[in-house]
Amino acid sequence: MSGERTDRTELRDGAGLTGEILHQHLARTWSRKPGLIGWLSTVDHKEIGRRYMVTAMIFFALAGILGLVIRAQLARPDSGLITADRYNQIFTMHGTTMMFLFAVPVMEAMAIYLVPLMLGTRNISFPRLNAFSYYVYLAGGTMVWVAFLLNVGPDAGWFTYVPLAGPEFSPGKRVDFWAQMVTFTEVAALAVAVELVATILKQRAPGMSLARMPLFVWGVLVTALMIIFSMPSIALTSAMLMSDRLVGTQFFNPVEGGDPLLWQHLFWFFGHPEVYIIFIPALGFVSQITETFCRRPVFAYPAMVLSLVSIGLLAFGLWVHHMFATGLPRVGYSFYTAASMAVAIPSGIQIFCWIATIWLGRPRFRTPLLYVVAFVITFVIGGLSGVMVASVPLDLQFHDSYFVVAHFHYVLIGGAVFPLLGAFTYWFPKITGRMMSDTVGKWTLGLLFAGFNIAFFPMHMLGIMGMPRRVYTYPAGMGWDTLNMISTVGAFIVAAAVLLFVANAFASLRWGEAAGADPWEGSSLEWATSSPPPAYNFAHIPVVSSRTPLWDEGDGLPVATGLKVKHRENLLTTVLDAIPDLREPSPDPSIWSFVAAVSTTALFIGSIFTPWALVWLSIPTTAALIAWFWPKPGGALEQEAR
Amino acid sequence: MRGSRSFSLNSSPGFPGEGDRAKRGGGVLRSQRGPSTRLRLVPLPCECRGGFKRSITLLAPLLLTACDGIQSATGGDGWHGERFNSLFTLFMAVTGIAYLLVLAFLAAAVLRRRGEARYEEAGSEAPGERGITRTLIGWTAFIVAGLTILTIGSYFADRGAARAAAAPALEIRVTANQWWWDVEYVGATPQKTVRTANELHLPVGVPAHIILASNDVIHSFWIPNLAGKQDMIPGRVLDATLTPKHIGEYRGQCAEYCGIQHAHMALDVKVESRADFQRWRAAQLMPARLPATPLQKAGYTYFMSRECSACHAIAGTPASAQVAPDLTHVASRKTIAAGTLPMTRGHLYGWVADPQGPKPGNNMPYIGLEPAELHAVVAYLESLK
Repeated sequence: MSGERTDRTELRDGAGLTGEILHQHLARTWSRKPGLIGWLSTVDHKEIGRRYMVTAMIFFALAGILGLVIRAQLARPDSGLITADRYNQIFTMHGTTMMFLFAVPVMEAMAIYLVPLMLGTRNISFPRLNAFSYYVYLAGGTMVWVAFLLNVGPDAGWFTYVPLAGPEFSPGKRVDFWAQMVTFTEVAALAVAVELVATILKQRAPGMSLARMPLFVWGVLVTALMIIFSMPSIALTSAMLMSDRLVGTQFFNPVEGGDPLLWQHLFWFFGHPEVYIIFIPALGFVSQITETFCRRPVFAYPAMVLSLVSIGLLAFGLWVHHMFATGLPRVGYSFYTAASMAVAIPSGIQIFCWIATIWLGRPRFRTPLLYVVAFVITFVIGGLSGVMVASVPLDLQFHDSYFVVAHFHYVLIGGAVFPLLGAFTYWFPKITGRMMSDTVGKWTLGLLFAGFNIAFFPMHMLGIMGMPRRVYTYPAGMGWDTLNMISTVGAFIVAAAVLLFVANAFASLRWGEAAGADPWEGSSLEWATSSPPPAYNFAHIPVVSSRTPLWDEGDGLPVATGLKVKHRENLLTTVLDAIPDLREPSPDPSIWSFVAAVSTTALFIGSIFTPWALVWLSIPTTAALIAWFWPKPGGALEQEAR
Repeated sequence: MRGSRSFSLNSSPGFPGEGDRAKRGGGVLRSQRGPSTRLRLVPLPCECRGGFKRSITLLAPLLLTACDGIQSATGGDGWHGERFNSLFTLFMAVTGIAYLLVLAFLAAAVLRRRGEARYEEAGSEAPGERGITRTLIGWTAFIVAGLTILTIGSYFADRGAARAAAAPALEIRVTANQWWWDVEYVGATPQKTVRTANELHLPVGVPAHIILASNDVIHSFWIPNLAGKQDMIPGRVLDATLTPKHIGEYRGQCAEYCGIQHAHMALDVKVESRADFQRWRAAQLMPARLPATPLQKAGYTYFMSRECSACHAIAGTPASAQVAPDLTHVASRKTIAAGTLPMTRGHLYGWVADPQGPKPGNNMPYIGLEPAELHAVVAYLESLK
């Protein structure tokens, strides 16, 4: 890309404009107004990403507290600690919050923050939509939690099977809050997915062909595409549930020709990919951490990418393994057994490649890499118990028993939360400019690893011993008492570890060692800018000629120049080879995405109570959207001279 | 629990009609050959199961702790249970080997480079990479082979289960309700049909065909010792075949979350000898005993004229409502309210006085009986042996 083609009126970065003066220009262009309005108007992917992360972690903590309450109740047989009604709300909120309000959003949060930095671009695509998605997500999560605190929390499980969740067996508004929370989160998740796909495909640094993308970015790309293909299924089915409940349709009522199993098909067609939507970004964390701390590229990059893609594809062919007990044709079951087991092949290849990277590399066992080791040890157990529940005869015993509870906590905590905490530790210096304490980090991990296994391993045995899920109590004398008590002790150890993690983060924020741009000697582009990065991310757009640019180019990373500095502008490159293509204006901060989110929130919540909310509140929503999309003069794409 | 042979049921051994039914039903006679032939096909008879398990030392504690119990998947007390144990052992072996390989490789990789902390130039083609690539191919082949074995094993176990369902000798209709089980032994004529609730009696070695339905939400029929679970879905009729192998008492429990009292929806299962089963069935076929004492008579009067008979049925009396458990022989059952309380006089008092106490949210309302009425109703219910 050449910086020569300047029309004299426009100031662009380049040989004549660099260093401190360029910084001042870019900082002015990419900053936002101070104050509350400015804060609400921001479109900086880093600010939105940070808010997403903090919010998701708050929901994680809240759902974790509910998990502790569940374990406290189940510590002893015939416990009267909480009532059946409250317990059912609590386990529903635990699952709902963890899946919809923590796991998926936190993965998206990491992607929103990191992907533009890893790609060497200045902002995410559709940044106002990004801000909108955050406010919608925040509103949906807040709504369902307020409902829960007011004792109208959903109580039909996070899977909300009909007819239990239908109008006849769940009167009142409890399930409506759940269904509408799903609407909020799916709007937010779909928006973010679209932004990420567009960013990854069109905003990579020049030279970063698809085959040179960091593995985390590959994971995010696969995840975002999965969200786009799976979320419409839950959007459809939750809308059908809402209309059954609110306007008297009969989609799921067998007496009127509806079918309760329709819900299960549509729910799990979303619900199973959902697990991989959580898990695949975590695989990306593991790859980035392993690469940096082993000081060599991850072994067999093509195999890793193909594994990610094949997990993404297989994820859509397994939903029926949640329905083995529903009496569907047995020939069909064999297909889903084989497909479910087949996921073990790409997963096994990835596990091998990470270990091979440690084997071949020169590992430094800092806290993030230790999280990877803990991940391998625990996640593989979850994967292997997953192979067991893929078998129809075994699953008919394990299904809806504590065995399955153990299985998916090994997969989701071992497979996603361990890498996530490793990733927080790894990117904490990038986000905050300070290092987290390594010593405290290792203690945290040790405590977490021990507590986790004490809490969840006994659940395998409880399941085999016939303890069903979702029971608020159990009788004495079933042989379950001791194992449940052990499990509860473990859960409190996990809580202590999480507290230690949070304390470490806060202490490090204040007293942590200053990080510098590249404290871990990382290979990817986010380490090429300062910590925390400036509002415009990079003074000049970096140019990439390998998978590990920072290792291969040393300090002299080549750059592309010629973007306007007085207006926000991104460089677009071609989809496959990342050849510079267009200069695209990037939207300025705007309060209208916040206003649109407020109006959408009012519409969604109002429609729980009256269908007329849909009609009346669409007026302010439309008005906000018009203001949001009002064209800026001179805001067209400009073809870049090659 | 297992192994006790006789049960004290309050029925006379020579109850009229028993031999009658055995001849005419025919199914019971046919079944005697069926299961015993199948027994020979089972690869791991009960006695050697323990030894087989011990051979997989790593997993033995897990399996052995889970082995005993009245609600255990590895109990192996039914035809399916035996198949389950063999298949589970196969899975544990293959996945156990895979896990040990992963751990060994991880440990080797971590320990190999532990001492080296010196930073070197990151080279792309490190020595040994080719060997690692070959190992990756071998590892992938191992996974594929292992999964193939497990898929085939799983497939045949499943097919076997489908074949085993072929020749049932006994037909039982189990209908789930929030939060109890309606159980109906289908007889040759309506008069020979036995209706009970929350308790399943099965003759040992006889394949029983269970027809499953639901009156409200989705429930799941699960007696871990005998077989895996089968959902009960409103608007559909599904089925399961149970072939118990050992005499004993077991416990089933609803396995699909079905609302506020999902936790208190258990099913007592009694597997007994064929003679005992026939005696039980004959006794259940009898209409309810008539009240004998003045107190029982007062209870009878209350029951028939007040709230109780609006929901409950007692055969041989005017009470014939179908929305709550049949109480014809309620006192012969092991528990009250689908496994919520043991069947004792004290608990019966507690239940009738306030059903919302032990099982809050269930559909039996609090009535507020006067003490005299409570004494009478409990005395009458206790007489319904």
